[in-house]
Amino acid sequence: MNIDNSIGLYIHIPFCRSKCYYCDFNSYSGREYLAGAYFDALYKETELRGGAVENRRVTSVFIGGGTPSLVDPGYISDLLETCSRYLQLDNDMEVSIESNPGTLSYEKLKAYKSAGINRLSIGLQAWQDHLLKSIGRIHDRRQFAENLDAAARAGFDNINVDLIFGLPGQTFGDWTQTIEEVAKPGTVKHISCYSLNIEEGTVFGDKLAAGTLKPVDDELDRRMYHYATKKLAVKGFRQYEISNFAVPGFECRHNLKYWKAEEYAGFGAGAHSYLNSVRFNNALGIEEYIRAVNDAYRQGRYTAPAAERENNADDTCGLHQNFSVIGLKESMSEYMILGLRLNEGVSPAEFRKRFGAELTEIYGDTLNKLMQRGLITACGTDNVGEPEKFCLTTLGLDIANSVFIEFI
Amino acid sequence: MSANRQENIRNFCIIAHIDHGKSTLADRLIEKTGVLTEREMQEQVLDTMEIERERGITIKAQAVRMVYKAMDGQEYILNLIDTPGHVDFNYEVSRSLAACEGAVLVVDASQGIEAQTLANVYLALEHDLEILPVINKIDLPSAQPELVKKEIEEVIGLDCSEAPEISAKNGLNIEAVLEQIIKHIPAPEGSADEPLRALVFDSLYDAYKGVIIHVRVKEGQVKPGDTIRMMYTKKEFTVTEVGYFRPGQYAPSNGLTAGEVGYIAASIKNVRDTRIGDTVTLADRPAAEPLPGYKKVQSMVFCGIYPADGAKYNDLRDALEKLQLNDAALTFEPETSVALGFGFRCGFLGLLHMEVVQERLEREYDLDLVTTAPSVVYRITLTDGKVLNIDNPTNMPPAASIAKMEEPIVKATIMTPEEYVGSIMELSQERRGVYKDMTYLDKQRVILTYELPLNEIIYDFFDALKSRTKGYASFDYELIGYKTSDLVKLDILLNGEIVDALSFIVHSDKAYARGRRIAEKLKEVIPRQQFEIPIQACIGGKIIARETVKAYRKDVLAKCYGGDITRKKKLLEKQKEGKKRMRQIGTVEVPQEAFMSVLKLD
Repeated sequence: MNIDNSIGLYIHIPFCRSKCYYCDFNSYSGREYLAGAYFDALYKETELRGGAVENRRVTSVFIGGGTPSLVDPGYISDLLETCSRYLQLDNDMEVSIESNPGTLSYEKLKAYKSAGINRLSIGLQAWQDHLLKSIGRIHDRRQFAENLDAAARAGFDNINVDLIFGLPGQTFGDWTQTIEEVAKPGTVKHISCYSLNIEEGTVFGDKLAAGTLKPVDDELDRRMYHYATKKLAVKGFRQYEISNFAVPGFECRHNLKYWKAEEYAGFGAGAHSYLNSVRFNNALGIEEYIRAVNDAYRQGRYTAPAAERENNADDTCGLHQNFSVIGLKESMSEYMILGLRLNEGVSPAEFRKRFGAELTEIYGDTLNKLMQRGLITACGTDNVGEPEKFCLTTLGLDIANSVFIEFI
Repeated sequence: MSANRQENIRNFCIIAHIDHGKSTLADRLIEKTGVLTEREMQEQVLDTMEIERERGITIKAQAVRMVYKAMDGQEYILNLIDTPGHVDFNYEVSRSLAACEGAVLVVDASQGIEAQTLANVYLALEHDLEILPVINKIDLPSAQPELVKKEIEEVIGLDCSEAPEISAKNGLNIEAVLEQIIKHIPAPEGSADEPLRALVFDSLYDAYKGVIIHVRVKEGQVKPGDTIRMMYTKKEFTVTEVGYFRPGQYAPSNGLTAGEVGYIAASIKNVRDTRIGDTVTLADRPAAEPLPGYKKVQSMVFCGIYPADGAKYNDLRDALEKLQLNDAALTFEPETSVALGFGFRCGFLGLLHMEVVQERLEREYDLDLVTTAPSVVYRITLTDGKVLNIDNPTNMPPAASIAKMEEPIVKATIMTPEEYVGSIMELSQERRGVYKDMTYLDKQRVILTYELPLNEIIYDFFDALKSRTKGYASFDYELIGYKTSDLVKLDILLNGEIVDALSFIVHSDKAYARGRRIAEKLKEVIPRQQFEIPIQACIGGKIIARETVKAYRKDVLAKCYGGDITRKKKLLEKQKEGKKRMRQIGTVEVPQEAFMSVLKLD
């Protein structure tokens, strides 16, 4: 349970013009004709679930995908209006939307702005057109530049750019150029740099299994990563999470909630929620999701999932699935695993405040072992001589999983 | 009833090469004589252990008593003693044979004679058994019964003119086999009035009755209330029950008498008191001499068995104790390994026996095991004249104090189609074999005889033989003695530390090649870790091979947002599970497979 009881709201828009070769998200191409029915369902879900989260202040909204910028911006503004009707939205909340170059226009951006969106995320992924093509992107870098310019004119001054490194065929030079081009002073305040992970069930995954794709070796991947952390720092983008960098003050408040193991609600197909210690996700497929919402709405049968309930799935007409109750022990474990992703790490004081327990009593041995292995470090000392926080070392950032498993 | 007369008893066994249909024929005989109703009849009644059925081999001797009304109108008692079918259990086989007067030799009509067929025939001949050839699987399109008969006549010298041609699978001609048994296998001799002499051919632990001794009464009689004496172990017990074997059950009787096969229960606690081959006599009227042929069973192959989870040590000990109740040939002693912690040094009759025990521990007792490389017993003479028997490489004394090392040598008989002779000779050569003999069975098939060091065949010889002969060659071996040899201890170091569980003794000519191969193999199986791991093979402090497992550079989930948490946690859990299954040796995590993988180097 969050200290201040506030939550983040994630809204999933599963439409894409085409599926990128590395993408294993819950997204679909060629299904835009379902947008009308889908948004109707989203409005209904907001209404159905609004009551259940009405006592929770919403301090951030994140419209993600998929490609939310693919659909008519009218849907987006109606969606946010519906949210303001049924949810308790904070006045100064962060409202982000994800977008892809080639689907944005000045008019669209203007519409977003007037709908209350104040943070724009653009999926650029790579600077070189040949790389963009080789990973199945629908745009080139010229479109990115145009969109970025239009966004500034529309009034966006809090913009994130998503980048991927370790792409097949990507050279170290490609990567340094990408960083140089993107990390310029201006409206881009936030950069996410993701190390490519080839997932099963993607075009890349199939190619890897067939032996027709050669992944970049770990050495090069880490060289790119270390370059990015150093270069971005110089350019004023402070690293605050394993893959995220921001001009101080522009860290993504919504995502920070995940890494602080706070609660959130997810609306839309396949969206995950973590509310009242229960984690669950919505029906995955677009049609499946629409059907479930409509059933629940028509039958007036919706009861918010709760740890002690047994028929959570039935009580939501199948809208929600895969319930897991996060008990105290698991909650602590997640707090560590997620918190250590952040450069600010985990602090014994916050741990105490959150769980009423001593961090060093519960994880002291583990922390010591990891410090001996040089994977985490203790920083600062409080007034009784205890470390103020524990965070990953540079080495720990590279092999963070071997740290995380110690808290499982 | 006439069937109770000694002349109406026939004691016999069935001998065959693996897969030639021994167990199927046994089933048909049991079915035909109506011991079981069809409903009770389960495939392969005698092979009761799961592993036996799966592998199609017999591990434990079993016996069954059948009543057959023959065409001459008389009733006969037929005692079938099913013998283990593998060279590892040669001694047990020999005791089972000693309990019989005859043997049914089953030969596959399409395969003909194989190495085990011959080995078993020779054993049977040694025991003066009347051998009754039976040609099985005549239903197969590839069956050539006439050719096979000719082969049996030429190679073994058995008259096949009356050999029944059967299909045990389809129940064809089974009666002919029964009639032949009555006609050709002699009735048991030996007087019921003599002092008791009963041959122990097996024993089995029963939770309620204690050890149940399986015996063939050669002379005299025994009944409940008698005090029996085991002539070799000298132990005495009071008989609580005697009886006959029915498939899957015991049928108590008033007594057992000369010529009969049955069991004795006498509240015996320890299977070790009833050694196979021992002679049971009566305490108040003992026989003058025990029956001949008793040998104390000796383990030939040893390996360390450790619980994967150190906390399961006691479970492993309990399981070994329970297995030992029925397996007097299994020995075990607690041992400690720096790398693997607390476990047991276990002794086995041979490789198959070792595999069977490991499998039973894992399956029947649900234990996760780490097993070290098998070793043979080396005989080491020290400079001060003292002689040591070393079954664990870790215990090998320093080279400077060793005057002489000897290793066990076996005589290996390999039967093969002629076209593979070259590759088998090459293989035997590689394994330090000494060529002894080559005999043509017929135009196509050859028997090769080699003397091979036992330590060259306990790893993967059989696998190599099979792969080089497309599975056509068969193989049998017996221990013939010890021979002086230039042996060295090869140590493996991980990150500079000797891993005792990976040490082994090897001929010096092969030490370099093997050391290199093992280092390469370990590099494959040891996953990348936080630090670089040097793998070194060394002999007496001299490094002969080196490989390096590079440190991993990247192990991180780049993305982790709301929807990812559950899934990514599962990935981490999986990673953690994998780590748990590893052995921590110093700072290095070694997967359990590493300890066995060093055995399979080809």
